[in-house]
Amino acid sequence: MSDASSPVPFHSATEEAPVARWLLIGLAFAGLSILVFAPLIAVFVEALADGVAASLKSLASPDAGHAIRLTLTIAAISVPLNAVFGIAAAWFITKFDFRGKAFLITLIDLPFSVSPVVAGLCIVLMFGANSLVGGWLVGHGYPIVFAMPGIILATMFVTFPFVARELIPVMIEQGRAEEEAALTLGASGWRTFWTVTLPNIRWALLYGVLLCNARAMGEFGAVSVVSGKIRGHTATMPTTIEMLYQEYLSVAAFSVAAVLALLALLTLLLKTALEIRHADQLAATHRH
Amino acid sequence: MHIEIDEISKQFGTTAALNPVSLSIPSGALVALLGPSGSGKTTLLRILGGLEFPTSGRVRFDGQDATGLTVQERRAGFVFQSYALFRHMTVFDNIAYGLNARPRASRPTKAEIVRRVTKLLELIQLPDIGPRYPSQLSGGQRQRVALARALAIEPRMLLLDEPFGALDAKVRKELRQGLRDIHDTTGLTTVFVTHDQEEAMQLADLVVVMSMGRIEQIGKPQDIQARPATPFVREFIAA
Repeated sequence: MSDASSPVPFHSATEEAPVARWLLIGLAFAGLSILVFAPLIAVFVEALADGVAASLKSLASPDAGHAIRLTLTIAAISVPLNAVFGIAAAWFITKFDFRGKAFLITLIDLPFSVSPVVAGLCIVLMFGANSLVGGWLVGHGYPIVFAMPGIILATMFVTFPFVARELIPVMIEQGRAEEEAALTLGASGWRTFWTVTLPNIRWALLYGVLLCNARAMGEFGAVSVVSGKIRGHTATMPTTIEMLYQEYLSVAAFSVAAVLALLALLTLLLKTALEIRHADQLAATHRH
Repeated sequence: MHIEIDEISKQFGTTAALNPVSLSIPSGALVALLGPSGSGKTTLLRILGGLEFPTSGRVRFDGQDATGLTVQERRAGFVFQSYALFRHMTVFDNIAYGLNARPRASRPTKAEIVRRVTKLLELIQLPDIGPRYPSQLSGGQRQRVALARALAIEPRMLLLDEPFGALDAKVRKELRQGLRDIHDTTGLTTVFVTHDQEEAMQLADLVVVMSMGRIEQIGKPQDIQARPATPFVREFIAA
């Protein structure tokens, strides 16, 4: 018999029994290990299969170096542009009421549903040397396809939704009241944007930009169609990896792949570091 | 400031939020716009503040046409229903926002801004909360900070949208007196929106009862209670 003072184990209604809890956690870990960690480790193991020196030597080749520089340049141009377009689109959609809003939202999502290869082909059709616009541009010395502008266009098309998709729900949830308050206090629209709107969305924006960046650096399908994969000229990191792999240069292929993976990990690390550093502000913006 | 609303109407698409309404608010009055949701009272308040523009009709401040004035030019201290405090700023920065937003030529010095914010914090009887964030305040404190922020711009009028809506009964009674006191010290023409007839009757000098985008009755609280003009008013104030 237990009396009233004996300890009773308390747990909340949403808490599962220990068995179920460990089973779920284990399942999540197993899934992550098989799908994420193992392939990531395999990339690094393959890259270092012939030792660090061989791996570094393959990275030091002019083509690999050019591919890395090109990919970073593409990301450096397309990500800020997409951030600006994404903010503009999200602002427009959430702060104003107008006809065709649903259509615009669908349009923003289009790059997610269209295969990147198809997107690349569209750009070739629009701006290729045989098209009206492309022919004129090539004639004036500004080729789009098989050149940097085409790669940027393709990358921007594929990564367009990331920023806007990240911002729209946050901006809908926050409503317009704070902006209206700023206006009644005498702030201009521009000042309201910089002092109220932007600080409120900065975490969502950062997250969107990081996702956009990761995808921009990793984009393969659309870029491989429009770039023509000319070594040392229009071959980006992902297309270079594929070409090297097709040529059975597995150490070289996996070395570039490892660099690409490291860049992605760096992005994640940056995000986590920022989150830890600004944890108090993050909490303040969310709990209100 | 004397506010005159002359045949103001507002259409949202095909629905009429306000049928032409006219109302004269004497300078320094404390006025309640009373009505159920959908009666058009908030729309009317937002038109006064310049957040919404009327489909037809004019607004006059002290006899001057103000219909086309932008929200910034109106200089109306606006307190929003959920207060709309800037969540990423401290209470101090919230209150100082309107002063910092002024063009350089008319912006007070840093020291002057500190002095004014401190004074406002004393006015709302929360002198020590300057460094806190809105999320660290109670509902009643947030409401008072919103009031201080609106007063900081030296407004020509005070407009409040359901200022006590989100508070529990006890705090509500305290803050009612607080608003009355602030109104009496500043002498600002004050308009507040409420759906609570008891609140309107206790607090306001003049009550405007609204329903379905129309004004049903305008009068002193005791007159409305003694002689309701329409069946709607009789029913609404009895509830």
